[in-house]
Amino acid sequence: MTAASAAHQGAGWGVVPVLVLLALAVAAYALAARRAPRGWSRARTASFTLGALLVAASLLLPPLLGHDPRTHMAQHLLIGMYTPLALAMAAPVSLALAALGPRRRRPLARLLRSRALHVLGHPLTALLLDTGGLYLVHLTPLHAAAQTRPGVHALVLLHYLAAGYLFAWSVAGPDPAPRRPGTATRLTALFLAAAAHAFLAKLLYAHPGIWPPGHGHTTGAREAAQLMYYGGDLAELLLGVALFTAWYRRRARTAPRSAANPWPARGPRV
Amino acid sequence: MATGPRRAHREHGARFGRSLAATAVIGVGLMAAVDEIVFHQILGWHHFYDRSTPMVGLLSDGLLHAGELLALVAGFFLFADLRRHQALHRGAAWAGLLLGLGGFQLFDGIVDHKLLRLHQIRYGVDLLPYDLAWNGAALLLLAAGTVVLVRARRAPDRTR
Repeated sequence: MTAASAAHQGAGWGVVPVLVLLALAVAAYALAARRAPRGWSRARTASFTLGALLVAASLLLPPLLGHDPRTHMAQHLLIGMYTPLALAMAAPVSLALAALGPRRRRPLARLLRSRALHVLGHPLTALLLDTGGLYLVHLTPLHAAAQTRPGVHALVLLHYLAAGYLFAWSVAGPDPAPRRPGTATRLTALFLAAAAHAFLAKLLYAHPGIWPPGHGHTTGAREAAQLMYYGGDLAELLLGVALFTAWYRRRARTAPRSAANPWPARGPRV
Repeated sequence: MATGPRRAHREHGARFGRSLAATAVIGVGLMAAVDEIVFHQILGWHHFYDRSTPMVGLLSDGLLHAGELLALVAGFFLFADLRRHQALHRGAAWAGLLLGLGGFQLFDGIVDHKLLRLHQIRYGVDLLPYDLAWNGAALLLLAAGTVVLVRARRAPDRTR
């Protein structure tokens, strides 16, 4: 048995506890939604459930469909881009604030106001962690290490999920984010992320023999790079729609409804 | 403080400009999407990557691609916002759309195809008629956009 197939089998069995955790998370979310005093949006609950299902699907993809670059790319897209968007749209922090009592929500509120979180939650920090991680995995021997060691692979997946969530939240998340920069900064971060993603996908497509380094099997590597390109497009398109939907809603609330001056020069910052 | 008519004039100008900008951005994104879907995916004339593209070409391609994608989203939301506030200038909006479509087509035809040589319109054929048709269509769209723009500027303000 090769080291790579051992890693993959390990990943296959490691899925079960994660599935249990996911079911518990959905149950906790649904319970909190029922306890929220002013009710909770069903769409957000559905979004959270979808996110959990996407994690489950992404973990089950390689064991079910076989291990090749394409299924792994699909797994990474699901866990690094689509799941984070679904989870961020579920607004778990708002739900926690609503469901916890006034006293118990205080530590959470303090955390939200902390300077560390403002730095971490800045769209450009999130971009650096998310896209930087992506480049690190694909352009360094980390990729080969993740293929042979299940622990490294699990950490890479966890990083994709966490950094992807941070990015989706900082760019378009409905959850409260004190001192979040304005729309232009967030749009710039999304633009840079989309450009970096498209560039890396074409780079991998152009030189499948060079990157990722130490890549054992290149069959399907080109198709994987194309999947990365178009799959990334759709995810970034959705994130852009989420960002602008929030902008559109805010303008309905804050902008004066004057026909003559729809975009006041010194209007409230949106 | 500006007087009534001057202020109205300025506001009309802002509406005109914003309507033009919103649909020009849509035009750019739309033409990029048509290029991607029709020529890359359906006809298969262009290639995803044609092996001669240098690294800097790939980088500029990535930036351009990201810009197109977000332009489409941004344009539609700006357009919807203008409509909601009944501040859309229809003539300017049509002009913007045509100018955006033609502008991107010409940019793609000159900068992407010829200067950066990211890809060609079609492979294994004489390129000249394709290039002429491509850039000619771009110029036609730009000319149509300019005509609409001039007429919209002259015409009395019509919001609906």
